[in-house]
Amino acid sequence: MKDDVTREDRIGALGGMGCERKRVEDARFTQGQGNYLDDVKLPGMLFGDFVRSPYAHARIKSINTDAAMAIDGVIAVLTAEDLAPLNLHWMPTLAGDKQMVLADGKVLFQGQEVAFVVAEDRYIAADAVELVEVDYEEMPVITDPYEALTSDVVLREDLDPKADGAHGPRDHHNHIFKWEVGDETATNQVMDDAEVVAEETMYYHRTHPCPLETCGSVASMDKVNGKLTLWGTFQAPHVVRTVASLLSGIEEHNIRVIAPDIGGGFGNKVGVYPGYVCSIVASIVTGKPVKWVEDRMENLMSTAFARDYWMKGKISATKDGKITGLHCHVTADHGAFDACADPSKYPAGFMNICTGSYDIPTAYLGVDGVYTNKAPGGVSYRCSFRVTEAVYFIERMIEVLAIELDMDPAELRMKNFISKEQFPYQAPLGWEYDSGDYHTAWEKALETVDYKGLRAEQAQRIEDFKAGKTRKLMGIGLTFFTEIVGAGPVKNCDILGMGMFDSCEIRIHPTGSAIARLGTISQGQGHATTFAQILATEIGLPSDSITIEEGDTDTAPYGLGTYGSRSTPVAGAATALAGRKIRAKAQMIAAYLLEVHDDDVEFDVDRFVVKGAPEKFKTMKEIAYAAYNQAIPGVEPGLEAVSYYDPPNMTYPFGAYVCVMDIDVDTGVPEIRRFYALDDCGTRINPMIIEGQVHGGLTEALAVALGQEIAYDKLGNVKTGTLMDFFLPTAWEVPNYETDYTVTPSPHHPIGAKGVGESPHVGGVPCFSNAVHDAFKAFGLRQSHMPHDHWRIWKTANDLGLHD
Amino acid sequence: MSDKMHIKLNVNGKDEEFLAEPRELLIHTLRERLDITGPHIGCETTHCGACTVTIDGKSVKSCTMFLAQANGAEITTIEGMGEPDNLHVLQSSFKEHHGLQCGFCTPGMITRAAKLLEENPNPTEEDVRFGMAGNICRCTGYQNIVKSILAAAAEMNSAKEAAE
Repeated sequence: MKDDVTREDRIGALGGMGCERKRVEDARFTQGQGNYLDDVKLPGMLFGDFVRSPYAHARIKSINTDAAMAIDGVIAVLTAEDLAPLNLHWMPTLAGDKQMVLADGKVLFQGQEVAFVVAEDRYIAADAVELVEVDYEEMPVITDPYEALTSDVVLREDLDPKADGAHGPRDHHNHIFKWEVGDETATNQVMDDAEVVAEETMYYHRTHPCPLETCGSVASMDKVNGKLTLWGTFQAPHVVRTVASLLSGIEEHNIRVIAPDIGGGFGNKVGVYPGYVCSIVASIVTGKPVKWVEDRMENLMSTAFARDYWMKGKISATKDGKITGLHCHVTADHGAFDACADPSKYPAGFMNICTGSYDIPTAYLGVDGVYTNKAPGGVSYRCSFRVTEAVYFIERMIEVLAIELDMDPAELRMKNFISKEQFPYQAPLGWEYDSGDYHTAWEKALETVDYKGLRAEQAQRIEDFKAGKTRKLMGIGLTFFTEIVGAGPVKNCDILGMGMFDSCEIRIHPTGSAIARLGTISQGQGHATTFAQILATEIGLPSDSITIEEGDTDTAPYGLGTYGSRSTPVAGAATALAGRKIRAKAQMIAAYLLEVHDDDVEFDVDRFVVKGAPEKFKTMKEIAYAAYNQAIPGVEPGLEAVSYYDPPNMTYPFGAYVCVMDIDVDTGVPEIRRFYALDDCGTRINPMIIEGQVHGGLTEALAVALGQEIAYDKLGNVKTGTLMDFFLPTAWEVPNYETDYTVTPSPHHPIGAKGVGESPHVGGVPCFSNAVHDAFKAFGLRQSHMPHDHWRIWKTANDLGLHD
Repeated sequence: MSDKMHIKLNVNGKDEEFLAEPRELLIHTLRERLDITGPHIGCETTHCGACTVTIDGKSVKSCTMFLAQANGAEITTIEGMGEPDNLHVLQSSFKEHHGLQCGFCTPGMITRAAKLLEENPNPTEEDVRFGMAGNICRCTGYQNIVKSILAAAAEMNSAKEAAE
């Protein structure tokens, strides 16, 4: 057989790793043919809607459903009393706590689910919700975690105040856990002996992932066959199946969970919510399919807040700026139930990555989790578990230390980076960083933006401002971050006891195309595009001939889902390894067809060739066909493989960001003049998609840093419950970003990839915030809490006397 | 609950006639009555634009418009913009320039962008950013959406020039 096509042509034809493959998902989305949860429509489907508490803390004296039930078209109104005999009025949370499905005796936050109306359509359900009469007796409200820890008011009356929680002893009836990492005595000693110590307290405010599609589910109980099908906005469909089975008693093989197209997740769709449980119960009770979809206000008020960390830090250094120690204490407001979505052994997620990108010999972290009268959640909003908080903390502490040392913050970072030679690097709070080259990335970033030039311009601006020539200040925001993603090794990461491996199953069809199914689920990341690229390179079939399917637990292998940037680090690895199993079998088939020993053929792009005789080969397409039509001695027919991948370590993507911002001190309006983002996510699978992820993550960072907030008043009323008050940036407010990269592959990942989706958010928030702080630094600002909305920036300027 | 109204609409070139409660929201008419599920519900407060459709030549957020207000109207949704083998320039441009990720905002985005380019066939980047400010995207950071729209404008203009 003659082959005139060059090797490069063959590589190009594969559409494999590294190319800017256009997304296969886009055809349906651009034509309005996506299939999202609310698009699911089944014959006879009913609609469920919640009666929610207007109070943040109140006893329920009675619930009267008569008037609601009297409406034509109302099928049922479920309360805790109806669910109690089934033991479904409470459910376990991912953090080892329990959460009321429907309020049991009292309500603990505004918007809490009190009753579930089931009706023939959503209008009738909404009418009935209005007519359910709940008699409340108001109780004292606590929205401040420090107050909670000293208050006599017992929020969780269902818990024995003396008994341990899921993470050990509790100090107080409103205390959830204390988590400590590192050596506090040694750290205190370092602080005592230090030449310079900087201290600061910062509040990382409560916010919300707010994907454009809210959460919802459709449950359909087929009583004839005893099968439950559950469609939902699930970032972890297999986990939902297991939880649904444990809760309902329906055997797991009789439950099929389907996550259809998901309209953005960002952490909001990891947890299990009362709506999911109620739709299941309602379908079991009525024998009909039941849909529940929350509206935007319900979404912001009740499902999955993020952050809400009070962080107190101390950082010590020598006079010339070598950091010697770090002490961090967090008071973590978890709301009414501990429903944080973290691996079980990490009640504050990976907050212990808070030493950041710096070689800090001694450190301590203590976290106290606290109950308040706020919504439960604590999800990782576009970040690996609590890493955004950790990176914000260290990147602010570095800035504060730079002030204390009167040193340039870029230089301070450079001086303290973990050096390339130190990897794998054992961090003082437990993690082993896999690979990095921070100095190179930082130098590239500073050079590209002309950092010295920017500082000179800023100095001139300050002079001009003081001289009354301008009312705009200039801020230069710096951040160098290290993410920790790809949870995670089964030995230390699990969710509800299930190890956080992931999986891929591949079937090669006789004509040389394939389907691969994974345990993850795309929410916009483009898995159907990128995972096919990984496979194309691994198995030598074109990515256009490979279908990627996720989200149906009846067909996909068990996996822990998509969040914490774990898809590429874990399922991506499983995909590569499953591909290599295919290749191993293909090698035997090729050797048989070419009549040589297995060891005498080698893989080359899209074929196996006889070593030393490249004109003798079998393409993967030919091999696929042979797998199904040849009787090969000692080889089973077919060409399939499955791989379950337990990562040996997390991956540690990193990046260097610079933001240049002009701030009008009289209006408080910040204008982002330039944003430069250098990301190192290891091996790059699809640069176009990476860049898109960076743009999106930075924009969500801009939102959080500059205005987005779930705010409560003292009575526990949510003040930011609609998009009128909750800031989502539009095209008008968002700048163009400059993206750049270095490549430091992960040494333990089969293809060297580290994951990227969340890095820009993790690095972006402190970068925007540091820019605001930097603008006012010359006028004495050391710390102001986020979000830096126009009002708070104006207030900062006012407090500094800049309006005098 | 209330008396039903006699409604007539033309949606994507097809006449529709039925009885409905006047309080029915147009987005529900489209999605649930007519099975046109391209327009999505994102906020119910006219902020996000996922439900954007074109009504009698204007971009409208259908989540806060009563069906009764749309009686007699001509409506175009994303489903009426192109065929699989004959896509609207914007549909291919969004794919080409990675102007979408989860896809939830995309039908509203493209429907609005089409109207914007009708109103202003030669927009600057600033015009596009201002003209699209009623449509929220949580995934892309807008950079590639703006790029997709500007590229589509250029393509439509050169096609027009070639035709003249």
